[in-house]
Amino acid sequence: MSIQTYQQLLATTTGLLLLTAVLQVWGRSIVRAIGLLVLQGIALAGLVLTVGLYAGEDSAWVVAGLLLVVKAVIMPWAMLRSARLIGVTREHSSRVNAAVELIGAAGLTLLAYAVSGPILGNHSDLAAQAVPVGFSLVLLGFWQLLVRGSAITQLVGFLMLDNGIATISFLTFGGLPLVVELGATLDVLLVVLILGVLMVRMQAEQGHIDISELRELRD
Amino acid sequence: MAILIWVPLVLPLLLAAVSIVLRSRAWTLWLPVSAAAVLLGVGVTLVVSVSSGGPLVTAGGLIRVDALSAWMLTVVGAVAVVALWGGIPHRTHRNRNIGSFASLLCLFLSAMSLAVVADNLGLMWVAVELTTITTAFLVGSRGGRGALEAAWKYVVLGSVGVAIAFLGLILLSAASRTTGEPTLSWVALLAHAGGLDPTLARAGAALAVLGFATKAGLAPVHSWLPDAHSQAPATVSGLMSGVLLSVAFYAILRVQAIADAALGPELMRGLLTAAGLLSLAVTAGLVITQKDFKRLLAYSSIEHMGLLALGAAAGGPLALAAVLLHMLGHGLVKSSMFVLAGRILGYTGSHDIADVRNLLRRRPDLGGPFLLGAAALLGFPPFVTFFTEVAIIVAGFQRGLGWQMLLACALLLVVFAGIARNVLAMTVGADPDPDAARTSPAPPDLPARFRQIPIGIALGVTAVIGFAAWPLAAPLLDAVTALGGAR
Repeated sequence: MSIQTYQQLLATTTGLLLLTAVLQVWGRSIVRAIGLLVLQGIALAGLVLTVGLYAGEDSAWVVAGLLLVVKAVIMPWAMLRSARLIGVTREHSSRVNAAVELIGAAGLTLLAYAVSGPILGNHSDLAAQAVPVGFSLVLLGFWQLLVRGSAITQLVGFLMLDNGIATISFLTFGGLPLVVELGATLDVLLVVLILGVLMVRMQAEQGHIDISELRELRD
Repeated sequence: MAILIWVPLVLPLLLAAVSIVLRSRAWTLWLPVSAAAVLLGVGVTLVVSVSSGGPLVTAGGLIRVDALSAWMLTVVGAVAVVALWGGIPHRTHRNRNIGSFASLLCLFLSAMSLAVVADNLGLMWVAVELTTITTAFLVGSRGGRGALEAAWKYVVLGSVGVAIAFLGLILLSAASRTTGEPTLSWVALLAHAGGLDPTLARAGAALAVLGFATKAGLAPVHSWLPDAHSQAPATVSGLMSGVLLSVAFYAILRVQAIADAALGPELMRGLLTAAGLLSLAVTAGLVITQKDFKRLLAYSSIEHMGLLALGAAAGGPLALAAVLLHMLGHGLVKSSMFVLAGRILGYTGSHDIADVRNLLRRRPDLGGPFLLGAAALLGFPPFVTFFTEVAIIVAGFQRGLGWQMLLACALLLVVFAGIARNVLAMTVGADPDPDAARTSPAPPDLPARFRQIPIGIALGVTAVIGFAAWPLAAPLLDAVTALGGAR
């Protein structure tokens, strides 16, 4: 792979990651949110493949394939299934209005670039230059977890956070050992499945999946 | 000897499969108990073997048992025996889901064992996340709105917290690029700590501690804990409060060792002191007016985690040995207390402190141990918690945390008053209906006594271990050395 191709592929995949994260912020359709997650999964798998192949690692195909299957197929499918079972396709509640949400997201992206600079120091490494995208994903995922009221968009936020962490780990040192990678992916998949089951139970028990309405337990 | 490490990792998996097959046979619930007993045996054997022969390594370096890991395995095993044995329900209270319940408990034990023996940041993270996954349904298994809410908060906050920790671990590992190939091994990171990139190490260690603090229930990221620990069934609460919190704290200790060696102790000392004092303050603020006795115990766990954080902040052999011994003492007592709380719940049918009165008279088999256990939680001598708390505070004064320790003592007094007031109201408080005390049916004799055995052992061990600690001194000091020694 020539350095130009590498650079272009890196820019495309990280750009797609950031774009899908920012687009998550507005819009209330749950199907659209899950669709964006699929795109993000594909971009992440592409990024992994690019970084791995450029570094000359054969296991990159395995890891990228695994990520593609789990993040772009199984997880979205499971979430879509939970959403269908619950019968919710649009989210109603957000704790802040859309404008504030968007400004917050923009601010967090800036913050991600601001904090990654000093943390990374002056690495001339091309991949390291893209790390702020990973931090943006983490912060935007957090933001979504904080401001959204519906269980299913909280789950989307959590997955975005996880994609961000995966991005950072691949960009900073070309991925983790295969056994750790497998374990981590499987863990996140299990969390998604568990939260899906809990959501369906929540809907059956109380007729909605609004997190801000969970007030049974208090001091 | 290294093959022994695989026993607590693999045996619970087999037992989990067996429990699924056996379903609701009467003795299915004994499978996790036997797994815990084996774990305890292996833990003790490894403590002995490591103290004479040095650390054991297997699985190509991914798994490594040093004195600290062996000690943690022992703590996990001991607490799990008490919680699981004591938590076996009376014959009349069994439900149908015993098979899956027992198998999740087995998997949970295996995940905790993996977390303490992994010498790879990534593998340890996977194991800690697995503890959340295996306990998710256990927390929600009682059903109902409260349990669902608790399970949701637990899984979301636990996973997000641990994800942050993962980010921290990645940065910590990336910090080792300056020493050659980036590594994920504790030992290698500790050995090369001097050469770590300071900015990355600082950010990584702070994020890792913040993330694991969520799992360890330290304030200000504790909000899931009272809900999850009060809604879970007694056995699960006992395991989670008694030992899962300590397993998460173990990860903090490992990160702290690396950060202290790389950056000096100030960063971790600041973070842990703040978290410790805040945890004590949160507990102090909420125990006095607490109305639910399981939540009362959950807040007491936050208090004890705060104490551990203060001990780790103080550092040095005395404080760290006290922290490790406190994990055992608190774990044994807290798991017994949750088991007793589960039985009280079965007796009164209510979580409310106000509904439990004169327990010492009405049900001496519950009231007596509950009162003793509470005394141990409050740090009365002769219980080991007294000695460890004093050691932590003394070490804090010695190592320049004077006003912090004074503040901690003041907060501990408030916590003491709050818990004592509520527990006394439950056990010896004025009985609204004195006749009921005489007319209430006596519990069935033999099974009750059998179910008292683990509680008795746990409280007995906690009471004598403070005096008979000399065989423990060497392994504890070895474990402290594994954390980078006398800093």
